[in-house]
Amino acid sequence: MKFTYLLLLFMVFQACVEGKETPSEEAEVSEEIDKAESYTNTDGKIAVYNFEGLEPEFSKSNDTTYIVNFWATWCKPCIKELPYFEEINSKYSEDKVKVMLVSLDDPKKLDSQLLPFVEKHQLNSTVVLLDDPAANTWIPMVSPEWSGSIPATLMIKNGARKFYERSFTYNELETELKTIL
Amino acid sequence: MKTKSILTVAVIAILGVFAFSSFTSTAESGTTKGYTIGDKAANINLKNVDGKMVSYDDYPNADGFIVIFTCNTCPYAVASEDRIIALDKEFKTKGYPVIAINPNNPEVQPDDSYELMQKKAKEKGFTFPYLYDESQSVYATYGATKTPHVYLLQKTADGDRIVRYIGAIDDNVRDGSAVKDRFLANAVNQLIAGTEVTVKETKAIGCSVKQ
Repeated sequence: MKFTYLLLLFMVFQACVEGKETPSEEAEVSEEIDKAESYTNTDGKIAVYNFEGLEPEFSKSNDTTYIVNFWATWCKPCIKELPYFEEINSKYSEDKVKVMLVSLDDPKKLDSQLLPFVEKHQLNSTVVLLDDPAANTWIPMVSPEWSGSIPATLMIKNGARKFYERSFTYNELETELKTIL
Repeated sequence: MKTKSILTVAVIAILGVFAFSSFTSTAESGTTKGYTIGDKAANINLKNVDGKMVSYDDYPNADGFIVIFTCNTCPYAVASEDRIIALDKEFKTKGYPVIAINPNNPEVQPDDSYELMQKKAKEKGFTFPYLYDESQSVYATYGATKTPHVYLLQKTADGDRIVRYIGAIDDNVRDGSAVKDRFLANAVNQLIAGTEVTVKETKAIGCSVKQ
């Protein structure tokens, strides 16, 4: 119940920040989300979150710039652009830029698919798994503009948010980062 | 005459560049691409897996259409196949047949070729047309961004097709057995009952259309 108020507050806040109304449908589709919990799998490499648990990880009010990329191992255009996110993560680490790669892979395939992929490609950015089927609730919380296709990327710094439902080249990504940095 | 046609091509090319550049720009508030609720949907004329062209006019007795942009490869599309077959079975006899459209460019996604669409339809026993959006113009007109992406159309007395629902099949794209809320089925049932659709738009994760 308390969370519902928080959710509403967040939505209102987000609507104010982005200067737009949230669609009325959201009010009609109310879903109870399980209590937030995050846990790491056995070897502690990839944390699994529901959205309520994940959201505070990238919306801290500090001077860090978070680049949150929604992807999956089965998503070709996502895989193609991962190296650019990796490069940004290392090149801008001193500028307090943090890349978070939010995988939407099947949680049942965490150990068989996601983990081997992360190890094989030696990803240095933070990789987390978002296990939250209530997409109709959390997609609009990422951005009201997001239709739900991946790849999708959110850049956040001190409450300022920029959302992109598209693929990036390295140069495009760097250009967009510089607009918010 | 020749200059005229070159000019026409140039204009079309420029328009095309604009159309596609809008895909790569950041979404701005209030500038949604494609259809919104209440819009009239354009007719289609696309090749089915049986080689025949299909348009809405082939269904004079339908009250509307469950148009689903889907494909051979996207795990979420694959996870939805049985549900799409079930929807066609459930609603075809009630006036709302399923029309499935593959919007992907096989040059970008080779597994989404027309031949493999035929194979998929045969193997799964699709009971509905599975159409190839070869020019990739239909998905763009509708504004579909991903697979699966649903547009529910209702026919009016004067033959228009009005968009009544856009979005997801249900509230759990990955796992049909865990579905609690059948958004699309609820919307179709409301249209059949002659009432307004209450949940008009929903969101779900999907694979981006391969342009």
